[in-house]
Amino acid sequence: MRARQLFNLLMREAGIGLALALMAALFSIFAPRFASLANLTNIFTQISINTVISVGMTFVILLGGIDLSVGSVLALATVVGGLVITHEGWPATLAVPAAVAASMAVGMLCGLFNGAVSERWKIHSFIVTLGMLNIARGAALEISNSRTIFSFPESFNDVGSMTVAGIPIIFLIAVLAVAAGRFILQRTVFGRKIYAIGNNEEAVRLSGHAPWRTKVAAYTVCGAMVGVAAVMYMMRLNIASPILGSGFELNAIAAVVIGGTSMSGGKGSMVGTFLGACIMGVLNNGLLLLGMGDFARLMVTGLIIVVAVVIDKYRARAFVQTSFEPGRQA
Amino acid sequence: MTPAAPSPALELQGITKRFPGVVALDRVDLAIRQGEVHVLVGQNGAGKSTLVKLLCGVHAPDEGRMLLDGAPYAPRSTLAAIRAGLRVVYQELNLLPYLSVAENILFERLPRRLGVVDFRALERQAEALLAEVGLEVSPRARVETLGVAQMQLVEIARAISSRSRVLILDEPTATLTPREIGRLFEIVARLKARGVTVIYISHRLQELFEVGDRITVLRNGRTVETLPARETGIPRIVKLMVGKEMGDEHPFHAEIRPGAELLRVEGLRRRGSPHEVSFALHRGELLGVAGLVGSGRTETLRALFGADPRAGGRILRDGREVEIGSPRDAVRHGLSFLTEDRKAQGLILDMTCAVNVTLTDLARVARAGLLQEEAERAAAGELVEELAIKTPSVDQLARNLSGGNQQKLVIAKWLFRRAEVLLFDEPTRGIDVGARAEIYALLWRLAAEGKGIVIVSSDLPELLGICHRILVFSNGRITGDVPRSEFGQERILALAYQEYIHRAPPVPAAAG
Repeated sequence: MRARQLFNLLMREAGIGLALALMAALFSIFAPRFASLANLTNIFTQISINTVISVGMTFVILLGGIDLSVGSVLALATVVGGLVITHEGWPATLAVPAAVAASMAVGMLCGLFNGAVSERWKIHSFIVTLGMLNIARGAALEISNSRTIFSFPESFNDVGSMTVAGIPIIFLIAVLAVAAGRFILQRTVFGRKIYAIGNNEEAVRLSGHAPWRTKVAAYTVCGAMVGVAAVMYMMRLNIASPILGSGFELNAIAAVVIGGTSMSGGKGSMVGTFLGACIMGVLNNGLLLLGMGDFARLMVTGLIIVVAVVIDKYRARAFVQTSFEPGRQA
Repeated sequence: MTPAAPSPALELQGITKRFPGVVALDRVDLAIRQGEVHVLVGQNGAGKSTLVKLLCGVHAPDEGRMLLDGAPYAPRSTLAAIRAGLRVVYQELNLLPYLSVAENILFERLPRRLGVVDFRALERQAEALLAEVGLEVSPRARVETLGVAQMQLVEIARAISSRSRVLILDEPTATLTPREIGRLFEIVARLKARGVTVIYISHRLQELFEVGDRITVLRNGRTVETLPARETGIPRIVKLMVGKEMGDEHPFHAEIRPGAELLRVEGLRRRGSPHEVSFALHRGELLGVAGLVGSGRTETLRALFGADPRAGGRILRDGREVEIGSPRDAVRHGLSFLTEDRKAQGLILDMTCAVNVTLTDLARVARAGLLQEEAERAAAGELVEELAIKTPSVDQLARNLSGGNQQKLVIAKWLFRRAEVLLFDEPTRGIDVGARAEIYALLWRLAAEGKGIVIVSSDLPELLGICHRILVFSNGRITGDVPRSEFGQERILALAYQEYIHRAPPVPAAAG
């Protein structure tokens, strides 16, 4: 059973894994500095924040929803966290945990709002989170007086640049988030309900469940991951700013989709999302080392997203054709 | 066969189609005559669906060849098949819900003027076609506002509009009431008179003799025999289908008698309906629910189960009043609901059998919110074995099971929950004779265990055969509560039509 699960996992993710390996191989050949340890560390650091947001986004997209507000909510969470952490007279031992808690709380509250509103009034999350995108951005600008917050405690800033056995701690947090997300999706009742609802919400409802509870919880989880990402951001750059995070939602959605998760919900995996985030990071970094300019890079990464989805379509079709057998058991 | 026999309109010669692991069609020979109504029968998995898919260009045969009017016929797509003059009206409807009836009917050939759609011509043409199939709705009505039976007629009107020479009707009566079936048969007769060749597929054996000229029986991917409809009967066809003699189709077990009251419904009124419904269900009872489509049968079950909003009424379980505002409440009070559309509402097709079975009671296979996978597979495996569900393993996707086995899988879900009250909506629709007999046996076993079962069915002989008692719905209210001693086809039909006699016919807003 275990062996079979592992085999299935490999088969499912093989396509993306292969693409990632191929890409890394090509860059190693053509961009001399790509394969250096320093550069790998660099990539790990760069993809960490997007990975954590993408983990949250995976929960929402598996339900057939979307969260466009993650970038703005991230900014709001850093601003709130930044104000708490720089609170005058609080020692670092109090200010740091309080700031982490505050950032997480902001993320979760925004997620809760997204989920509760879209479920209570049956509005597509696209619209609700589009609203939240503006609400959170406005709130961040308002409470920070549109100023950047800095001079955090040294001990806090240090964590952001710490490494364990050469691996940035910030990347370890991201890997931990992926592992936790995978565990929740694969092993818990909550995860099972997410897949089931993403596939057929009405069947789940008629089986005696209240899908709205699961859905609101999933949006809240997504918000919590944004809170974690906000803390990571503050650790790494040692600032909190109301204008950061724009476009983060698109990067997260791209990672999830490249990772093979279906936009209509029900199909996808956390490992896929992680590989999707890696592909985005490797591509960006590799093209930069090849000397490609920002604008051209933007075009190439955009193209890759489209190509990834097209490939996924073919993969899905091949799967359906071999496994579908009308009228009798395979 | 006389030498003057009409030439075949469609001929299959040695057709073989393989799928991974199975031979779906095995050297099938078939000759369909010009202008006849040719019936295909066979159990689920006999190869009917595959045959249809080859004819309409979804799949290509691995061996053999097809001839249409004597010329080689090898459609590469559904569109190619339609262009060649062959068209399928599917069991699952393929309509565009947000477009008008007229646009749906004439979608492939919208009349144009100066490059834009000529809506006046469109409506005119659509009206003529609607009249031909006897459907009285405005061509401007949006398809989503129609009932299932009406949609079926729209689908047929669309098929007629393309002047197809060969029309394949796949289970056309599955969702129709007797009256609508009668109308469909008139349409088929009219098409035949126009020289259209019709291939007719149905599980309802009694109607085949009314509509068909010749009947071909398929079994395990082979043609067993082709018989003239007039010279044969149901027992012979069934024997050919299953390969053995079959006993009584509708068993009744007089020794299982209803016991204590299990469920009582008083003054149940669904939102938007003026009628109140009251009835009781007892332990060990099979309670039938008869009535026309749209008479309130499905709607009542849905309101009782909390699936649709309720405007009033009391529900008592074992004599105690319970509050049911959602399916979640209903399930907690031991109710279960097997919907008429098992694919859309009963199962998660792309998840495994095990996942589907345990969905009704995840707490039983979880500890502290963590799924216990071994326990889950074991529990699902027990039920799969108990109900003799044919699947290689509990890890198989529900999608890959045949219709009868999917239905059993839905039943397994509710057995897993240990539901006491089972509400079945059309449990045998689209299911072959063999699987039907198994489902009846299962119903009786559940009754013997003291569970209460409500069965909504459009198949009246079925209800008369297996139920202790039948409730008859007519235009939203219960017009009869008939005990077995007073069963009679005429009696029940009279009750079912009672509320329509001085009124407009039902508007089947939803199937039920």
